[in-house]
Amino acid sequence: MNSHPPSRETRYWLRNVRLVSVLLSVWFAVSYGAAILLVPWLNGTRIPGTGFRLGFWMAQQGSILAFVALIFVYARRMDRIEREEGLDERDQRDEENAP
Amino acid sequence: MSVQAWTFVIVGASFALYIAIALRSRAKSTGEFYVAGGGVSSVANGLATAADWMSAASFLSMAGIISFTGYDGSVYLMGWTGGYVLLALLLAPYLRKFGKFTVPDFVGDRYASQWARIVAVVCALFVSFTYVAGQMRGVGVVFSRFLEVSVDTGVVIGMGLVLFYAVLGGMKGITYTQVAQYCVLIFAYLVPAIFISLQMTGNPVPQLGFGAAELATGQPLLERLDGLHAELGFAPYTDGAKSMVDVFFITAALMVGTAGLPHIIVRFYTVPKVRDARWSAGWALLFIALLYTTAPAVAAFARTNLIQTVSGKEHAGLPEWVGKWEQTGLIVFDDKDGDGRVRYVADAATNELSIDKDIMVLANPEIAGLPDWVVGLVAAGGLAAALSTAAGLLLVVSSAISHDLLKRALCPRISERGELLAARISAAVAVVAAGYVGIHPPGYVAEVVAFAFGLAASTFFPALVLGIFSRRMNASGAVCGMLAGLAFTSAYIVHFKFLAPESNDAQHWLWGISPEGIGTLGMALNFLVALVVARFTPPPNAQVQGLIDRIRVPRDADEPRAAPKVETQRT
Repeated sequence: MNSHPPSRETRYWLRNVRLVSVLLSVWFAVSYGAAILLVPWLNGTRIPGTGFRLGFWMAQQGSILAFVALIFVYARRMDRIEREEGLDERDQRDEENAP
Repeated sequence: MSVQAWTFVIVGASFALYIAIALRSRAKSTGEFYVAGGGVSSVANGLATAADWMSAASFLSMAGIISFTGYDGSVYLMGWTGGYVLLALLLAPYLRKFGKFTVPDFVGDRYASQWARIVAVVCALFVSFTYVAGQMRGVGVVFSRFLEVSVDTGVVIGMGLVLFYAVLGGMKGITYTQVAQYCVLIFAYLVPAIFISLQMTGNPVPQLGFGAAELATGQPLLERLDGLHAELGFAPYTDGAKSMVDVFFITAALMVGTAGLPHIIVRFYTVPKVRDARWSAGWALLFIALLYTTAPAVAAFARTNLIQTVSGKEHAGLPEWVGKWEQTGLIVFDDKDGDGRVRYVADAATNELSIDKDIMVLANPEIAGLPDWVVGLVAAGGLAAALSTAAGLLLVVSSAISHDLLKRALCPRISERGELLAARISAAVAVVAAGYVGIHPPGYVAEVVAFAFGLAASTFFPALVLGIFSRRMNASGAVCGMLAGLAFTSAYIVHFKFLAPESNDAQHWLWGISPEGIGTLGMALNFLVALVVARFTPPPNAQVQGLIDRIRVPRDADEPRAAPKVETQRT
């Protein structure tokens, strides 16, 4: 019904929601998937050169590292989306300028 | 120098540092008191969040719990880190854009309802206060073990210190002392871990070391540990004993609970911009992950070391540290078959040795025979962890009273100076009350903390997420949802923990979900009730719609310093 092209705020919001959905699927897969539901199956394999069973390693190391990576990916992508949509915050009083 | 002299020196130096920082950063306005004036850089906020988050439980107890439960301990590792992904992606940037002082601020304004605000204040107070009581106790325990004063004296010293910098500096003072406290605690955690990893596997990186081969036997450490467990009748270390359903639900409850804890959320109000809130969540989790990936390594080393040191050995010939901990009652040897040897097995009827899981991190340097100064360092680290968390929580308690209750609900005409004074007084009262609970603990601190997470998961999280992502969500929906989540979760926990603790086992649980994991179901119920009720009640008004539009885009982040007025115009 909408005859106008979507505003940049709307576009920004849709891109944000899409990005968040993708990242949360990964979040679910590495923790609830690989570190809980699939553990019996993954534990059949050991990480080559170490004593780690794969499922156990995902639960105690891998998932945590993935969480850290997910947030940094999100922060980077959002910076870009904001620049592209012209919605990045203008510097107000703070001296350190955003690149 | 003796262990005690080292401890005095290191702990004393760290305390002097915290006090010096507190003196330099005094709060002059309510904005500085509640959110450090909104001028903290994203890395500094990440450091402060990490210290705020990692409590005495993370520092002292977590490795011990993993050590005794193996794979099952992963629920804490994943639960207490995965929540940050939810926080960063679903809450932090929008709450920063909203830009007020507290969590009840957001709930009250978004749903334009005093009712919702009051429910949020009550939950924030309950969650934070139960948590802080445990921290004060932790401070007392560390003091009593290392400085040989009574637990009560230790609590009083801790109270004095927190009182000093929290009341004086508010969020500003807390933030910069937390940065220092993070540095102290992570150094104190990593040094012994690296030493032990080198000793046992020859690899200086603990995260890699516990996957390597043990130097003594040449067998991979974890395989050896599974073997030892099998010999003694324990469940295999890398498999654990909990059911998959329960692991799933506990992990989810801890994750969602983490994302809903007010003292963590409020940290994201302190950065200058929305993008800083996102980056700062990343930094926070990176700094947390440094400790959280080390903990499982420490756990596996300690477990192997412990079994090899005590199992089947003559009691009289055990190393000195065992005797020292026996004096505190945290290690108990009961020679049931009278042969003078330690029989350490899974079967409770014939097992002769019981070990308190809380001592694993504290005893680790002694178990591994590390130099005396490392023991002092661990004491300083444990204190830093407990004090930083206590201070952050006390600030939430004080702002809930002076800001949410006084300023926003009871007497809105209170002056800036009056509110600042009220904030300081309520912080002081909260410290004293927390100290009192620390000296006279209710005896079920651990149960109460599970309660705090379940409650945060089943009340705050859905109300916040729906408030941001759903335009249709209204006050009736949010309040009914929060009350449903609250009622269901507390009824389940109270039933199994306090009313019928004898039936607290998998047979009686709903779908095999333990009380620790029930917050997940409470959260689902909250979402369901909120969405259904909102469907049949009028949508929020135009002013609230404007607020939703405003928090969704980053431009024009208003400063928390400015008068709390809703600004609807956008560029």
